[in-house]
Amino acid sequence: MTQSLLDICNVSCERDDRLLFQNLSFSCTHGSLTQIAGANGAGKTSLLAILAGLLNPLEGDIRVDGNSIYDDMAAFHQRLLYFPHRPAIKLELTARQNLNFLIRLHGGRATQADLDSALQEMGLLGYEETLCRHLSAGQLRRVALARLIISEADVWLLDEPFTALDVQAVSDLEGLLSKKASAGKCILFTTHHTTQMKNYSKITLGGASDIDD
Amino acid sequence: MTDHRANQVNDKPLLPVLTTIFKHELMTAFQNRQQLVNPLIFFVLVLLLFPLGVDPSPQFLSAAAPGLIWVAVLLSSMLSLGTLFKDDLQDGSLEQWLVCGQPLYFLVLFKTIVHWLYTGLPIVLFSPLLALMLHFPMDNYSVLVLSLLLGSPVIALLGGIGAALTVSLRSGGILVSLLILPLTIPVLIFGTGMVLASIDGVPFMGQLALLASLFFLALTLCPLASAAALKMSVLNS
Amino acid sequence: MKWTFFHKLGSPRWFYDIAGRHYAWLMMLSVVLLCIGTIWGLVFAPEDYQQGNSFRIIYLHVPTAILAQSCYMMMATAALTGLVWKMKIADMFIAAAAPLGAAFTFLALFTGAVWGKPTWGTWWVWDARLTAMLVLLFLYLGVMALRSAIEYSDMREKSTAILVLVGVINIPIIKYSVEWWNTLHQPATFTLTEKPAMPPEMWVPLLVMVIGSYLFFTSLVFQGVRNEILQREARKSWVKKLLATEGSTSD
Repeated sequence: MTQSLLDICNVSCERDDRLLFQNLSFSCTHGSLTQIAGANGAGKTSLLAILAGLLNPLEGDIRVDGNSIYDDMAAFHQRLLYFPHRPAIKLELTARQNLNFLIRLHGGRATQADLDSALQEMGLLGYEETLCRHLSAGQLRRVALARLIISEADVWLLDEPFTALDVQAVSDLEGLLSKKASAGKCILFTTHHTTQMKNYSKITLGGASDIDD
Repeated sequence: MTDHRANQVNDKPLLPVLTTIFKHELMTAFQNRQQLVNPLIFFVLVLLLFPLGVDPSPQFLSAAAPGLIWVAVLLSSMLSLGTLFKDDLQDGSLEQWLVCGQPLYFLVLFKTIVHWLYTGLPIVLFSPLLALMLHFPMDNYSVLVLSLLLGSPVIALLGGIGAALTVSLRSGGILVSLLILPLTIPVLIFGTGMVLASIDGVPFMGQLALLASLFFLALTLCPLASAAALKMSVLNS
Repeated sequence: MKWTFFHKLGSPRWFYDIAGRHYAWLMMLSVVLLCIGTIWGLVFAPEDYQQGNSFRIIYLHVPTAILAQSCYMMMATAALTGLVWKMKIADMFIAAAAPLGAAFTFLALFTGAVWGKPTWGTWWVWDARLTAMLVLLFLYLGVMALRSAIEYSDMREKSTAILVLVGVINIPIIKYSVEWWNTLHQPATFTLTEKPAMPPEMWVPLLVMVIGSYLFFTSLVFQGVRNEILQREARKSWVKKLLATEGSTSD
């Protein structure tokens, strides 16, 4: 299990003629938790977008199980969970409908019992049938995060998962991430919080040199 | 164990995802019923302007009816299509579409068709009533509806490109019409041409065939452009 | 991926030098050709046996109309190049060419209208060519409107390229449909440019005008692209150095 799952090889990223980072290389294994750190504008979100295959790097390659993701993007996407800033929740639908859609969009299946227990685990007991427009910002995040409990994907990219959560929810989520990591998921996340999690590694972005501002 | 899992998840069929999107789109749309009637109201309103502004005489109206109805369909489609992807971009759904492992081409095509089902189709079905008020000759209703049935999806598919190109821009509304209306001219020409030919009692199979080929051309090519534009818009918003 | 990197960094600077070396003589040559062509066409070419002297506007109308149409084709080629090989210079070309294309289309429409007055007795006729030209003008205006609405440069490049390609696929369809529509509504229109074989005294000055216009267009595009390069690469060190030296020596 020590063989690396995700290899980032010499990746450079440029957005709008600004070089964000250069020759970035690291590897993640099954069961690893990796924090992407760096100042605002250092390219954390861009790195996650590159790893998700949404953004093309200027140079370099991303490999999963030794194969470049650019050779078979669809296959890679089917084992990917990408959780960006915007959680893809429709305000017109109920919490359960939203969760069900997100699972099914990614080819998964979940019974109503699975959905409800995931929502309950996120502290949304009694809100399953509530329209999302009646939920608070924190509750909306939790509806979206309930995906993590059901997801079958093994590469997780989480962009600021702790945003808008209260102290209790943050520590619940930390517990969930640790648990899922030890169950073999490969998890990369960005955060501004200092986390209480143990056994995670940290990649710091920043300091691309040849740009003036 | 890893290999086993990889093989298992590698095989995710497109069809269930499309059915899910279909249900999801309709549920979302019907939660917002006012948005469903708005294009229809606009369509009727535009047609109301011509008798008032130009000439209410049956001679003028019956001659102009095919063109008037087609132009009203074009304008109301442009308005409702302008925001086709806006909500999906803002709430992050588009990002999930991009990483769900299914070809974006089909998702975009499907989304556009579903949107046409609940905005374009009602207008098409409603058009005979307006045709009646415009003294359009009764015998040719079926041809009018047929021309709109083939033509309005083309407008929707072209409009989808405009919507995808402008989805992350603030100045969405009028820009979509500005970009897309010139491209809809062939549909307008063949659509009205078909109806006019049928009124004149001459064969209209040629126009029908041309309209049908535009339909299939749009069906295959437009989602390519929309998908490319959407992918880029998501990354830059 | 190395290749992309090479193109991105290599091209603009190289093009800036090349264009800088050639735009001036191109402009001079084009002005000379345009002067020769105009004087030849307006003064020395023989009168048309049907239209008399009014046909002489052909020496302005045809070159502008040809350029207006081929400019869109060039933009489409550039758009494809830009999308496939990620060449930044392609987008700069479109940025420089779109307003020129719109201007030439407008000139073609204007000269067409001026020609229409003595020939048809009215400024505007819904003739197939004129109508298709009008639609073309809107395609150019659409490209310009989209560009001005987008701030991000990466996105602007791709958006423009997609729109231009969608437009170029549609142009033949639009042309065909408008011609079909035209025969439906006006069966016997006199077309402006399909004339019985022109004598050489007539078409040689026309050829001179067409070549002159192309050179004129090329020179303007070179200058436009140079401006684009300076604006977009303003943060690169070679531009800074260049601006510093040119600022102190130029007139």
